[in-house]
Amino acid sequence: MLATEIKVTPELVAEHGVSHEEYARIQKILGREPNFTELGIFSVMWSEHCSYKSSRIHLKRLPTRAPQVLQGPGENAGVVDVGDGLAAVFKMESHNHPSYVEPFQGAATGVGGILRDVFTMGARPIAVLDSLRFGSITPANGQAPEVIARNRRLVDGVVRGIAFYGNCFGVPTVGGEVEFEPSYAGNPLVNVLALGIAPRNQLFFARARGEGNPVIYVGAKTGRDGIHGASLLASAEFSEESQQKRPNVQVGDPFLEKLLLEACLEAMATGAIVGIQDMGAAGLTSTSCEMASRGGVGIEIELDRVPQRETGMTAYEMMLSESQERMLLVAERGREAEVLRVFRKWGLDAVEIGHVTSDGKLRVLHHGEIAAEIPADALAEQAPVYQRPIAPPKPAAARDARVPLAPVGADLTANFRRLLAAPAIASKRWIFEQYDHMVRTNTTVFPGAADAAVVRLKGTTRALALATDGKGRWCTLDPRVGAMHAVAEAARNVAAVGARPWAATNCLNFGNPEKPEVMWQFSEAVDGMSEACRALSIPITGGNVSFYNDTLGKSIDPTPIVGVLGVIENAAATLSMAFRNEGDAIVLLDGRAEVRSSAPSDASQRESLREFASSEYARTVAGIVGGVPPAIDLAAELRLINALVALASEGVLASAHDVSDGGIAVTLAECGFASNGLIAEAAWQSGEPAELAFFSETGARAVVSLSQASLARLLTIAAQYKITAFVIGRVTRGQFQLSLNGATVVRDHSASLGEIWSGAIEHAVLGDQASKQT
Amino acid sequence: MTKIGVVVFPGSNCDHDALHAASEVLHQSAEFIWHQSQDLSGFDAVILPGGFSYGDYLRTGAIARFSPVMNAIARFARSGGLVLGICNGFQILCEAGLLPGALMRNQGLRFICRHVHVRVETTATPFTSVAQPGQVLRIPIAHAEGNYVCDAATLADLKHHGQIVFRYCAPDGRLDPAANPNGSLDAIAGICNRERNVMGMMPHPERAVEAALGSTDGLVVLHSLVQSLARQPAAAVS
Repeated sequence: MLATEIKVTPELVAEHGVSHEEYARIQKILGREPNFTELGIFSVMWSEHCSYKSSRIHLKRLPTRAPQVLQGPGENAGVVDVGDGLAAVFKMESHNHPSYVEPFQGAATGVGGILRDVFTMGARPIAVLDSLRFGSITPANGQAPEVIARNRRLVDGVVRGIAFYGNCFGVPTVGGEVEFEPSYAGNPLVNVLALGIAPRNQLFFARARGEGNPVIYVGAKTGRDGIHGASLLASAEFSEESQQKRPNVQVGDPFLEKLLLEACLEAMATGAIVGIQDMGAAGLTSTSCEMASRGGVGIEIELDRVPQRETGMTAYEMMLSESQERMLLVAERGREAEVLRVFRKWGLDAVEIGHVTSDGKLRVLHHGEIAAEIPADALAEQAPVYQRPIAPPKPAAARDARVPLAPVGADLTANFRRLLAAPAIASKRWIFEQYDHMVRTNTTVFPGAADAAVVRLKGTTRALALATDGKGRWCTLDPRVGAMHAVAEAARNVAAVGARPWAATNCLNFGNPEKPEVMWQFSEAVDGMSEACRALSIPITGGNVSFYNDTLGKSIDPTPIVGVLGVIENAAATLSMAFRNEGDAIVLLDGRAEVRSSAPSDASQRESLREFASSEYARTVAGIVGGVPPAIDLAAELRLINALVALASEGVLASAHDVSDGGIAVTLAECGFASNGLIAEAAWQSGEPAELAFFSETGARAVVSLSQASLARLLTIAAQYKITAFVIGRVTRGQFQLSLNGATVVRDHSASLGEIWSGAIEHAVLGDQASKQT
Repeated sequence: MTKIGVVVFPGSNCDHDALHAASEVLHQSAEFIWHQSQDLSGFDAVILPGGFSYGDYLRTGAIARFSPVMNAIARFARSGGLVLGICNGFQILCEAGLLPGALMRNQGLRFICRHVHVRVETTATPFTSVAQPGQVLRIPIAHAEGNYVCDAATLADLKHHGQIVFRYCAPDGRLDPAANPNGSLDAIAGICNRERNVMGMMPHPERAVEAALGSTDGLVVLHSLVQSLARQPAAAVS
């Protein structure tokens, strides 16, 4: 008895993005032809976005187990034990395509979606980080003015959207990163990481149990918005008509989500909830079939009981709607009144729409008739798995690019000033001041003050550190090494505030997986990430894959983003990057046991020059994007991380900041900008060119400052961890100064440099309006 | 022991922070008050916390003012009870007519979250009694609608009666247009009523109560409140 009248034709199947093979599989599972609603349900559940059909076989290679992992991939979010009976629940997710089509709502609902993933597990969200990628916002690389103008609008819209949602919901947006590369002009990346905290013995899972238990729908009413968001928006390339997909973007209501959070946590405390899942991608379809599948049961729902915002909605529309701020839960039969009472108190819809069955089927009734009937497990777990063809792209000519070097003894101050104004390096203050980064009064390290954000855990002596990182430019040149750097840098960032890296989540942003070169990039990046996580003992507890980041046939730079969570045992020992005292020693720590002492060999200098061509200096000053990423030494990274954690916990350091974009010069300057008027004066001897000495981005390095009296202790610990420590300068006031072999390379007033660095992004985004707005 | 109430409207999101400051930092007895409550008996002071009550729909504070608890708060205030509105709480007090003026969109039309400096303009309030005259406090703001405005007569009145409690200022206490983050009239960051028992302020003192949070200057406001309660007989009850 099928309620829908639309006939399923081969054309309709193709429009749903379902292949011949997949359709045959559907016929086999059902033992008959699917009806229109069932076709829609299969198409979203088996979409790339929901099923991971192209990535699944590769993701298996990631390390996901460790003693601290309480829940690995496969649930709404990953969970790790962080001590004191507490569990950290965290995950990162992308909302790339919606954010391009409608930046404000796309970014806003991206925040909303990942917050629900966290609180559906019983954890109160305590921090959000955003990893953003846009096209150029400054005139460079011959980009058309209208492209730059559009990029600026996207930045503005995305930032406003994140602020709109997170600020109202009441979660602090504490960090993340922003990069600007031409490849993201037609396809920006908006990856959002959310962290929540729950008592470790009070976690909730998305599993239905107990035949006859009521299935309860809570939250916002269902409308026609977001239909096929997951399948048509997230699982297909962009074309010129993509802007017309605006109706596929959902609309967010952070106020409703805030009520939903409070009501869910309060309802969970009654003890009457058996299982719960948020309605994200594929809405009612995915929650019902995934909860049934995980619990090994069936679910029957009657759509007439679903709260609806519009009249005359079909079963197809209701099952595929991605209206926001909705949850599905299973309660204990007989105790549903306790649950319903809580939601009523918060003024939210909560309706019993069905019950748990024992037949393993997702049965959807509409007006009392069966609109769809599908084995839940087949829908959730038996999606096709593809081993897509892999082929390395032909090596780019740019690998041989070289940065022309200035004559020995040249003053590089002008170049340094340009570097500080580069949007990738400049202060992100204009962005993070639009986010409430303090609400909940846990944020002890504010955005921009250190390499990682830090939130304390009230009632304990601990704090958690979080950092995200991604190296799109390096991944284009070498996805394996680039992905390793992303892991290493995020881990280093966390260690620089004194936290031990504890677990990671990822968001893998790539182009069309049906292109063998993209699939090769993906496979290489997964291998690189896997190798780095193993070497640094960081399990990956979940994440998200975003494919089809292509516009007009052109793929983005492969961009695996990693978010590393660290634990600080003694929150009082947290470090930031700011210099603290005039006269303190500045020390460069290098995880590599033996480091260039005298003049480097010709071969190693050639290699260093190849690596330098992929640096931010090469791009900003010389206009070159090429070469190879710096060679990575994971053993050195691990030694440096361990040494930083030890130094911080012993209270030896006044500040710490890892060396990354812009090299030591930028690192030193940032330690000054973050402080109250202090700045660095550094000098050393080296056989390498000044550009490489100050601007190369070789990994496994950090700059620390400390009192002269603590130097001896630092050297002892450095020797113990087999890292190298060079005293390179001291903390001073007034002039920022770098010298090499006795010659001044950079010298400028710290206030003048700080001005360039702090205002560049605001001026780039707002242009002439910048001065009028504070 | 005095008891401080923190009102919870749908969408309040600094309620936990205010409660934490009152109970864990100041070691006072503190409890949430649900927005439908009509009874404030037993409370000596009430805090209207920051957040987005009713999602800021229509206008900030415009819907919250109709909550049942607001009638109780008006009675509580009339009988001399101490009422502190922070951020959204300030907006609600203005909408409810317990404080004059209104808070409009920030001049830059953007949400701003950062530490600012405010100068204590009067110590003759229960919320600033432990401050030094002219003391500069470093306290965070986090709002999109903090641009205080009122008509000229009201402003003259506020000045005449010493009701301007805080002004945005430079770190050294100078009034400087560049230090006014949102375009507020006369750099006003906080005001009290004529009777001085109701105060609203845009900066968040509850976010500046522990060294780990980057400033403890907010304690000046909260310590003043607690000391004033200790000096007063228990506030009259609604």
